[in-house]
Amino acid sequence: MTADHGVAEYGAGDLVQLLTPEGLRLEHPDYPLEISEDELRGLYRDLALVRRFDTEATALQRQGELGIWASLLGQEAAQIGSGRALHPDDMAFPTYREHGVAWCRGIKPESLLQLFRGVNFGGWDPKAHNFALYTIVIGAQTLHATGYAMGMQRDGSENAVIAYFGDGASSEGDVNEAFIFAASYNAPVVFFLQNNQWAISVPEERQSRIPLFRRAHGFGFPGVRVDGNDVLACLAVTRKALQYARDGQGPFLIEAFTYRMGAHTTSDDPTRYRLASELENWKLRDPIERVKAYLSRNGLADSAFYEAIEAEATEFAARVRAACLSMPEPKPLDIFNRVYAGGSPLVDEERATYDAYLAGYEPADSVGGR
Amino acid sequence: MAPVAIARALNMGLRKALEQDPKVIIMGEDVGKLGGVFRVTDGLQKDFGDDRVMDTPLAESGIIGTAIGLAMRGYRPICEIQFDGFVFPAYDQIVSQLAKLHYRSQGLVKMPVVVRIPFGGGIGAVEHHSESPEALFAHVAGLKVVACSNAADAYTMIQQAVTSDDPVIFFEPKRRYWEKAELDVDAPLTDAVPLHAARVVRPGRHLTLLAYGPMVKTCLDAAKVAADEGHEIEVVDVRSLSPIDWPTVTESVRHTGRCVVVHEAQTFLGMGSELAARITERCFYEMQAPILRVGGFATPYPPSRLEESFLPDLDRVLDAVDRCLSY
Repeated sequence: MTADHGVAEYGAGDLVQLLTPEGLRLEHPDYPLEISEDELRGLYRDLALVRRFDTEATALQRQGELGIWASLLGQEAAQIGSGRALHPDDMAFPTYREHGVAWCRGIKPESLLQLFRGVNFGGWDPKAHNFALYTIVIGAQTLHATGYAMGMQRDGSENAVIAYFGDGASSEGDVNEAFIFAASYNAPVVFFLQNNQWAISVPEERQSRIPLFRRAHGFGFPGVRVDGNDVLACLAVTRKALQYARDGQGPFLIEAFTYRMGAHTTSDDPTRYRLASELENWKLRDPIERVKAYLSRNGLADSAFYEAIEAEATEFAARVRAACLSMPEPKPLDIFNRVYAGGSPLVDEERATYDAYLAGYEPADSVGGR
Repeated sequence: MAPVAIARALNMGLRKALEQDPKVIIMGEDVGKLGGVFRVTDGLQKDFGDDRVMDTPLAESGIIGTAIGLAMRGYRPICEIQFDGFVFPAYDQIVSQLAKLHYRSQGLVKMPVVVRIPFGGGIGAVEHHSESPEALFAHVAGLKVVACSNAADAYTMIQQAVTSDDPVIFFEPKRRYWEKAELDVDAPLTDAVPLHAARVVRPGRHLTLLAYGPMVKTCLDAAKVAADEGHEIEVVDVRSLSPIDWPTVTESVRHTGRCVVVHEAQTFLGMGSELAARITERCFYEMQAPILRVGGFATPYPPSRLEESFLPDLDRVLDAVDRCLSY
């Protein structure tokens, strides 16, 4: 293991890479990728828009409009590449940082912001988007993903599940149990591990003494390390892994080797535990710049294209901001909604009591309601 | 039909649940060929296949976590936790995930999962096999918690729990597994006492004994002895620990004016604490005496040679009854 948090290890031989940081296209014998020019430009647009969204959300937090924000900065390619590999009927189980995957699943950005603003726990229908709610307890969702995949298997479904988690989560019992259950039942689930080198302040070498993708072999299924800053490699490898799962061959682990370029969340201060030089090294591997370099070098995009994307991003950010600021506040009595599917006399009683209590203090001319 | 033991009644209830809904599945450690360490799932895998009755890897968090995923996919898993003391590796999945998913999804995700847990002591077991963790679950919003005390209830309550769209923690009184009672297997489930209703199992007018699970029998025995001394004790089987059937409980206490709560779990912050507090709030002017509690001590569950001293028995219940009546 290296103590430079992936800086040197990045170039090691095990890494699947289809697009170098300089924007050179490589071929990989196991992961061929047929991709049209339009698709390439579409990936660039996805990457640029989710980064702009992330920047806006960070600003909204700094301005007090969000309680906290978990930035995806640096992980755009891992999320867009894997997210665009999914079929609509595949199911995704995110952590709390999968804003890029959410984008691919058609989740409205404001639905994500609702969670971070504290309006609700995520404002989307998991079934309508085949995108589960964000899970904050580290690694817990990998078991849900495995169970869901076991259900798909029973249903004779031709789809697969993808479970997102990180290098820190790889130490959790739940993730290891998910590997065991998935292997034992041959469940159609792809474990997508974004190794962003840092679990808040704790580096990856505290979590594992072998490269994380090799863990899969001990559980009896394949593991591959992909350049997590290479959207094409993430797309190709995830596609293949999902197909492997759909074909009934069981689980697959992808380690997307990437870097958390920002703080863990807006409450974190990474200057306390890592060197600026490390970030500078990783900036040279930026997931968006290399796509831009490739598009430009091959004449697939011109300045008008980039300007149009930039304008779209600016307009998108303004829309996100407006949606955040105009978000309705929840009402006090919303606390009591939907605790149980079948209702509860205790909750009903507490709601009535609290309602009466609030009514007793309400000025006669109050508006807004409870 | 001949009287049936609780373990057998649960087995029959599970069989019915499997027959009636193809989405119902049973999962847990040793539930397949072995039929569970208490034989509650005996023969079910043979008849319904290993897709419906699944032996799982030995990992409790994995059992509940994958059950959550299966429920998201439309299944209705019944998970067996082999012993009360082994539920804690799954506690995070139960408390932080299973209990909250309906709430946090604003009702879009339902969690029809039953977690069966044999609980309580009195069987001479090694440690971690005799715990009574019910209050730790009843404290959690989003969970429903029930405990059966006899074969007839076991048969109906397990079926009702499976039809619930909310997660149900289903406590089974392991030391009573072999106690028998008559079952009416032909009565429609809709005619049964609702899952979350308490039941007066012996009427009386001098004092109410509140109990659930294994202590109901102890309380019924105590009531019989007390009757010889001229005390007419009413015994209420609380059955549902979350939500609690307050109308039935308070009606009984209003009527008798005195109440003793009995459970194996430690008295401190046990179910008895909540029962006593609420009953006092609601029945203050009808009460003739403070509510007394009989339960385990504020110690870990002791080695089995000491468990008879730890567990409430007939004498400790009668002692509390006498003290309560003496006010």
